[in-house]
Amino acid sequence: MNSPRFNNFVNWILARFPLTKVWNEHLAEYYAPKNFNFWYFFGSLALLVLVNQFATGIMLTINYKPDSALAFDSVEYIMRDVDWGWLIRYMHSTGASAFFIVVYLHMFRGLLYGSFKKPRELVWIFGMLIYVCLMAEAFMGYLLPWGQMSYWGAQVIISLFSAIPIVGEDLSLWIRGDYVVADATLNRFFAFHVAAIPLVLVLLVFLHIVALHQVGSNNPDGIEIKENKGPDGIPVDGIPFHPYYTVKDIVGICVFIFFFSVVLFYMPELEGYFLEHANFIPADPLQTPEHIAPLWYFTPFYAILRAVPDKFAGVLAMGGAIFVLFLLPWLDTVKVKSIRYRGGIYKKALFLFVISFFGLGYLGMQAPTPSATIAARLLTVVYFSFFLLMPIYTRWEKFKTVPKRLTSNSSIGDRLPLIKQAISDITQDTVVTTKSGKTLHLKTPNPSGLRSASVDLAKKMKDSLD
Amino acid sequence: MKTLLTVIFSLFAFTCSASGKTELMHADIDISDNVSLKRGAEHYVTYCLGCHSAKHIRYLRIAEDFELNEDVVLKDIAPVGASIYDPMLSAMDKHDSKHWFGNVPPDLSLIARSRGSDWLYTYLKSFYRDSTKTHGTNNALFKDVGMPNVLWKLQGEQVPHYSDAENQVIDSLSLARPGELSPSEFDTVVTDLVNFLDYVGEPAKLKRQQMGKYVLFFILILGFIGYLLKKEYWKDIH
Amino acid sequence: MNNSGVDKTRRQFLTNALTVVGAVGTGFVTVPFLSQMQPSVKAKASGAPVQVNLSRLEPGQLIRVEWRGKPVWILNRTEAALSTLAPLESELSDPNSAESLQPAAAQNSTRSLKPEIFVAIGLCTHLGCSPTYRPEIAPTDLGKDWQGGFFCPCHGSKFDIAGRVYSSMPAPTNLEIPPYRYIDDNTIVIGDNA
Repeated sequence: MNSPRFNNFVNWILARFPLTKVWNEHLAEYYAPKNFNFWYFFGSLALLVLVNQFATGIMLTINYKPDSALAFDSVEYIMRDVDWGWLIRYMHSTGASAFFIVVYLHMFRGLLYGSFKKPRELVWIFGMLIYVCLMAEAFMGYLLPWGQMSYWGAQVIISLFSAIPIVGEDLSLWIRGDYVVADATLNRFFAFHVAAIPLVLVLLVFLHIVALHQVGSNNPDGIEIKENKGPDGIPVDGIPFHPYYTVKDIVGICVFIFFFSVVLFYMPELEGYFLEHANFIPADPLQTPEHIAPLWYFTPFYAILRAVPDKFAGVLAMGGAIFVLFLLPWLDTVKVKSIRYRGGIYKKALFLFVISFFGLGYLGMQAPTPSATIAARLLTVVYFSFFLLMPIYTRWEKFKTVPKRLTSNSSIGDRLPLIKQAISDITQDTVVTTKSGKTLHLKTPNPSGLRSASVDLAKKMKDSLD
Repeated sequence: MKTLLTVIFSLFAFTCSASGKTELMHADIDISDNVSLKRGAEHYVTYCLGCHSAKHIRYLRIAEDFELNEDVVLKDIAPVGASIYDPMLSAMDKHDSKHWFGNVPPDLSLIARSRGSDWLYTYLKSFYRDSTKTHGTNNALFKDVGMPNVLWKLQGEQVPHYSDAENQVIDSLSLARPGELSPSEFDTVVTDLVNFLDYVGEPAKLKRQQMGKYVLFFILILGFIGYLLKKEYWKDIH
Repeated sequence: MNNSGVDKTRRQFLTNALTVVGAVGTGFVTVPFLSQMQPSVKAKASGAPVQVNLSRLEPGQLIRVEWRGKPVWILNRTEAALSTLAPLESELSDPNSAESLQPAAAQNSTRSLKPEIFVAIGLCTHLGCSPTYRPEIAPTDLGKDWQGGFFCPCHGSKFDIAGRVYSSMPAPTNLEIPPYRYIDDNTIVIGDNA
């Protein structure tokens, strides 16, 4: 590799392309705070899933047919007749859900550590645009298998647009290209799913990263590391992204693909959460399935839609639930970024918000019984209050002093003794003699230990909320 | 805040308990049992293929996956005249079937994925005598289903016992007239059939599960080396 | 940061190990991606042997059947047509079909199992156009020496009635003969010579 000819070639390239500059600016000399924790894996994981979706998606288009008469069968053709088609298809379908898991955790990280606040407002806006694109991408992609859920899901969601006064009916007709969801709809959704939106997504991801690298990464302490620079102009608490975070992310990626593979190889339907059972029935425009619900990642918004008794107001509420996230940098005017130094009010509000999000997500999957609708209404109020009342409730917040320098994180190695201690607290050793005469030393749960441990845990949680 | 939480949680508990479903019997199937799968395929061709295609599976794939000789598949399983490359197609005309049963009998390639194997098992065992129906049978799991009990010769005839006779709520079924097979023999037939349908739903399932452990093992090794490397580099950071 | 006292060799070793294992993993992942572009079972199914009944094939008649998506010709040659074969040999590029593709049993003067029944894949060995069947003797467009045979309209390759290519033609070899066999006197199976 060090032959003069190779060096000449490299120099020829470098004279014409800013490879070194890009490498240094974004990896080798991009200084990231040294205290990234668990929550900071999800950015690079999202990028990994994006690559996975592109690679598998392109392979799927090779055999998929966007024609209402052929689409369903072509998916089964991929699953059976194409060599390894099942693996590629499951990688794509599992990847879709994994994308939302990763992105939701990535966004929650932003809420925890105030990553959307000045000077990172634009990073957040680009991120939110990516999220909206992802929703469109997932929604349109879900029509392509042309199963019952694909069909009726699309029917319901497109009908939402008809709720808009005056232009609504024409708009939904224009989106479908037919009076019902039909071949024309499938064909255009295919075009958007595989060409238009992916292009926009790539552009937005590029902008998201460029904007981030302009202002630098936030961190669990919410302290700007650029305010403490050494004599060499490098932030004292910053470390080069490469190699330190590249090697760290490799570990994160391995853990992620481990869980990803468990789902992929052992439970690709994940009990109907990743691939719905009714979607194994070909689309039938004459018969709606008994129970229709969108895939899990849309259910919180679907629950909000159903919670509102008026059609147009419901659509507005659903749109508003997403739009309000865009406003976050201006709703939360508090200067303190990280939850570590924020007051109990925000912690409690965030806790309630998480409950409302999960609760709505659960309710969105269930049939709309009267009691479920009441619960959904309540949680919708909680959801919106978190954002819209933010300028008010944060006024009474009491903050802790934010340190000037980063605090250190304890590694897994440091925590190991504590974990061992916790395990020995909740278990007891018992000696059992088996029938064949062997004695076994078993660890069995210790009831009193468990009780005190859970009381401790509850106390800790309560303390951490104050 | 506490009261709010209590309200939310109690509402959840309420909505959870509200959804009750019919108990399904458990289908004790094993897609790695090639003998059972072959019997299931034979039963399928004998009792189901007359009306229900399984167009997404080819006889060739069955030969490969059940480790059978192609000639054996053509002789024992496939109907006369079928090619090894043919998918499992029913010979019945769609127009006729619509006329006879009021509905085109669905293709069963993916029925195990949309309904689940336990549902199929329970369904096939839940036919009972009902003289009000054209076919003389009804189904406790799928009320007023258009399909007659094709396995009645093997199973015999079941009669319902009502827990609420007025509203025809069925509590249990019992055998009124025995068939050619004993109940346990009949259970084996249904199990084999459901096993075969489960296989047909996703022929790659067994391969997928067998591959999984190697992939996971590989990822563990990769992750372990990655972790050592991470620790090595992060010694620099204080 | 403190780089002193770093175990460089260990670091290098682990980096190499991770690279190797990672490369192996990437190799594994590319297998499904590449092999899913192979012909699928459906494509292979259309490559299944084709049975053709010849009882109604009249002398001089050519029929086309599809096998693996390719046109396969079955031609019932007359005595007159067969008699043109031997005198032509000096004008052909590969008269004994030494360079051409055919089952061993069909590598003979008539390039067939039975002399009169000619079976061939109807695609020119040059760039894959399908030649036209020109049984007439000395038509105006093909010249007075034409003894009947096949003419490729794309690039002008000429073949005799046994699919053998004339010398100095774009096509490098004779037309390909697919594997086939007779089940009985009037039925052949194309794509299967077992």
